[in-house]
Amino acid sequence: MFQPRSIQSSMSFREKVYSLDYTLVFSILILGLISMFAMYSTDGGEFKYHTKSHMLRFGVFFTMFFVVSFFQIRFWYKISTLFYLSIFLLLLAVKYFGLTSSGSQRWLNLYFMNLQPSELMKVALILFLAKYYHRITTADVNRIKHLFLPIVALIAPVLLVVTQPDLGTSILIAIGGVVVAWLAGVRVKFFTYASILFISLMPIAISFLKPYQKARILTFLNPDRDPLGAGYQIIQSKIAIGSGGLFGKGFLNGSQSYLDYLPEKHTDFIFTLFSEEFGFFGSVTILLIYSLIIYRIVQIGNITRSSFGKLYCYSFATAFFVYVAVNMGMVLGLLPIVGAPLPIMSYGGSSMMAMMIGLGIVMSCKVYKDVPVN
Amino acid sequence: MINNIGSGNTIIKSKLISRRMFILSTAKAIVFFGIFGRLVSLQINEATKYKTLSDKNRFREWKIAPQRGLIKDYFDQEIASNKKVFQLHITPENSPDLEKLFFRLKTILNLTDKRIAFLKRKITKQKPWEPIIVSDNLTWSEFSRINLFLHELQGVEPIVSVARVYPNNSSSAHIVGYVSEVSAKDLEKKEYLRDMAVTGISVGKTGLEHKLDKSIIGKVGFQRYEVNAFGKRIKQIQIDKGKAGTDYRTTIDLEVQKFTTGLLEDKAAAVCVMDIYNGDIVSMVSSPNYDPNAFVHGVKKDYWKELIGNDLKPLNNKVISGLYPPGSTLKTIVALSALENDVWNPKRYLNCNGVTELYGEKFHCWKKKGHGNVNMRTAIQRSCDVYFYEVARLLGVDRLSETAKKFGLGKTVLDGFIEERSGVVPNTSWKKKFIGKNWYLGETLHSGIGQGYYQSTPLQLCLMTAQLANGGFELKPRLLVNEEKNNLREFIKYKNDNPNDPLPLDMLVSNFNLKPLFRNQENINFVKDAMYAATNEAGGTSYRSRLLDKKFMFAGKTGSSQIKRFTAEQRELEVKQKDLNYKDRDHALFVAFAPVKDPQYAISVVVEHGGTGSSAAAPLAKKIIKKVLERHELRRSYQFSLGKEI
Repeated sequence: MFQPRSIQSSMSFREKVYSLDYTLVFSILILGLISMFAMYSTDGGEFKYHTKSHMLRFGVFFTMFFVVSFFQIRFWYKISTLFYLSIFLLLLAVKYFGLTSSGSQRWLNLYFMNLQPSELMKVALILFLAKYYHRITTADVNRIKHLFLPIVALIAPVLLVVTQPDLGTSILIAIGGVVVAWLAGVRVKFFTYASILFISLMPIAISFLKPYQKARILTFLNPDRDPLGAGYQIIQSKIAIGSGGLFGKGFLNGSQSYLDYLPEKHTDFIFTLFSEEFGFFGSVTILLIYSLIIYRIVQIGNITRSSFGKLYCYSFATAFFVYVAVNMGMVLGLLPIVGAPLPIMSYGGSSMMAMMIGLGIVMSCKVYKDVPVN
Repeated sequence: MINNIGSGNTIIKSKLISRRMFILSTAKAIVFFGIFGRLVSLQINEATKYKTLSDKNRFREWKIAPQRGLIKDYFDQEIASNKKVFQLHITPENSPDLEKLFFRLKTILNLTDKRIAFLKRKITKQKPWEPIIVSDNLTWSEFSRINLFLHELQGVEPIVSVARVYPNNSSSAHIVGYVSEVSAKDLEKKEYLRDMAVTGISVGKTGLEHKLDKSIIGKVGFQRYEVNAFGKRIKQIQIDKGKAGTDYRTTIDLEVQKFTTGLLEDKAAAVCVMDIYNGDIVSMVSSPNYDPNAFVHGVKKDYWKELIGNDLKPLNNKVISGLYPPGSTLKTIVALSALENDVWNPKRYLNCNGVTELYGEKFHCWKKKGHGNVNMRTAIQRSCDVYFYEVARLLGVDRLSETAKKFGLGKTVLDGFIEERSGVVPNTSWKKKFIGKNWYLGETLHSGIGQGYYQSTPLQLCLMTAQLANGGFELKPRLLVNEEKNNLREFIKYKNDNPNDPLPLDMLVSNFNLKPLFRNQENINFVKDAMYAATNEAGGTSYRSRLLDKKFMFAGKTGSSQIKRFTAEQRELEVKQKDLNYKDRDHALFVAFAPVKDPQYAISVVVEHGGTGSSAAAPLAKKIIKKVLERHELRRSYQFSLGKEI
């Protein structure tokens, strides 16, 4: 059963290092550095807990990114089902042993860190489905029996996450899965059916929503509905970004965040803080870096020979894009506040870990671009 | 099977994936472009709007109540000043639990439930960061108790502030008036107050405090703070301390004021002393008085009830709002009017036998036996009513009213005192207009002795006397020191320096900007001489109150204004005033000027229900005149010491 080792699989370490995509590496590094400055600012211009912890995480997970990239893509292919199942088990574990914070049960206490398995599920689902669609032929993709497994693999974790409750992450997970299916060639009509089904189930789903979640949706539709309550975040975020102007208020001078007008400035609203302090040019720079990262991931997908690699890279690029777009759309008042971190920038270990693993696998696709996975 | 996937399938798959990826990439580009557009719109197009909103978030202003200007007496002693007070403010949004806070404060400060309910209502009406005053004048022990418990009283701010205080309590209460909290009515009436909505600002309610309010209140300052989302002050950005109000120096002599207040104790009385050359009001006392300090922090109910319930009307400034028939004091004007209008020869004798008759109605002289043969001078000296009935009959009420109005009766004479009343100078058209009836000749006779419809304030009587005493020139009474050149004094000086230089009237008007109230000054001098006789010659009505010292010698005219007509019976029994009920007794009046030689001051005294002018009013005037004249040199030299020309 074992294939003979190809030339690339026996690459020396040096060759591996040479074959890394340095544009991607530096983009990530720059983003990481920027996020550290932003974190320093959220700490009130002092080198305190959030900054330290964010630096440490970035350091650890950036290293992890390299480690992941040096593993053969075949390894990731093989391990993907196991990876998905493990994360799924962790999600189940969260249901029973999870830590509850501000009304939702999302974390597992691993003693050295609090792990949020739903973040890892974002990558795991893409990986799992990429493998699944790699293994079946294009003709089989649209057979009903082959639709069954992907649907279950998508719905099961999404349901677990949505009941934590964590609407934002569950949507992001679902989008990742849907994107793989779409790229694999699932017909448009299935998506149409699914959408119709989804919309018709909406009222029922809404009845299951927590009052605060309902309020968020209503508030998004009209932020002035309750300016001091649920609309407060959107309004204050828009004020912060808008008041940044062209050049921003200057590093450590973001009055909105300093004076605590910005909610969750470490996590979901980190872009707001940066935007306020560095203005339009700062925001556009961030946007460009993200665009570059996404572009590079797509490029890697283009040069990867295996369907698995392509599916994974494209899907991950799209998912990454969605995370960025949802977060920015949210803080810019274009989308409801759902609780979606900005990849790499936001404070949060699990999110950072998931992104670094995801990017590492992309990089592994680059390094082993010509290696068939099976 | 898995291993045998043909390369053909892989290529198809790749193509499919790439095609679909292309669609996704396009979508991504569009979305990122949308985000870019949103950034442009927020950070470039609408940046100004959001900057303003951000500043609105950041900054909050707290207004600072300005310090009121001081009111001083002529000698720069403070009549109204400011003192430190300890206050307790609550900023509602800083308090996590207002209910609990009030409960705690209730025990610490002994707040009543009513007060708490009032404060709670107030909180609901204003912005959550605007402080409300729980107590604006804490004692030191209350203040220190609050400070002791401060750690558990979140939202409470003990504040050291400044508030109005009237250091000499009551003697000048009526002149200065008082300040109190701004009411809705004040806001309606005084436009300048509307943008001065500052916690703790007080507004002048009466007297000078009211009249000068606009300039004495000062300019509101503000503190601009950067605040965080919870309203906590982070740092002070800007401070404008505002501007204290203008200080004012009044013409009042506090020393005389206190002296007079002492004299009038327990009486319902009014005294006004005026400089006859510039209209400076040296003293203006209304008795009884009240404590203006009681109003600054909201008047206590008991005290208010006491003031309102008092029959002697302590809140009333009788000098400007008390209306009394001028009585015999008006005889000076009646005589002057008759002389000016050439209807009477002052040397004409008339026999007074105590009563005269007109169309069957009897008109009595106050002296039952009558004065016998009197001319105009003795008629004024002894205040013969019968003589003046005849003078008035010939003069007619209309001509009399003209002279009376010229000399300041029947109109308000001060500027901007809401409580001042104008009084009444009746004439035929007045009666027609206000009473709707024709004038009767008998009423002319009553007017001739200052009774009937005549109503005047003590200030008007003082002004009348002052204008007689200064030789018949118009005065504008004033309470605030005015450094302007005094033309009247200059004129007198000129006249003294050039005794033989005749000054025609028009020259007086053009050179000294004076307004003579007479046609022939001799007539004024005649009245002054008659007043001299009334005080300083035997038989005069105020002879017993005269001062012998040339320096203090004064000339005055008594008056008693009847409240209730004497019945024939009472007249027969010669009922004395002091035997009547208090309420039925006559008001005692006295007007005078002093010193006789080179007059300087005019005075009017009214004692409500005091009986006769000679027994109740003149003795008081005597003491006050002495006091005022004793301080005359001091007053003159104080002005010189300040280096100012008179």
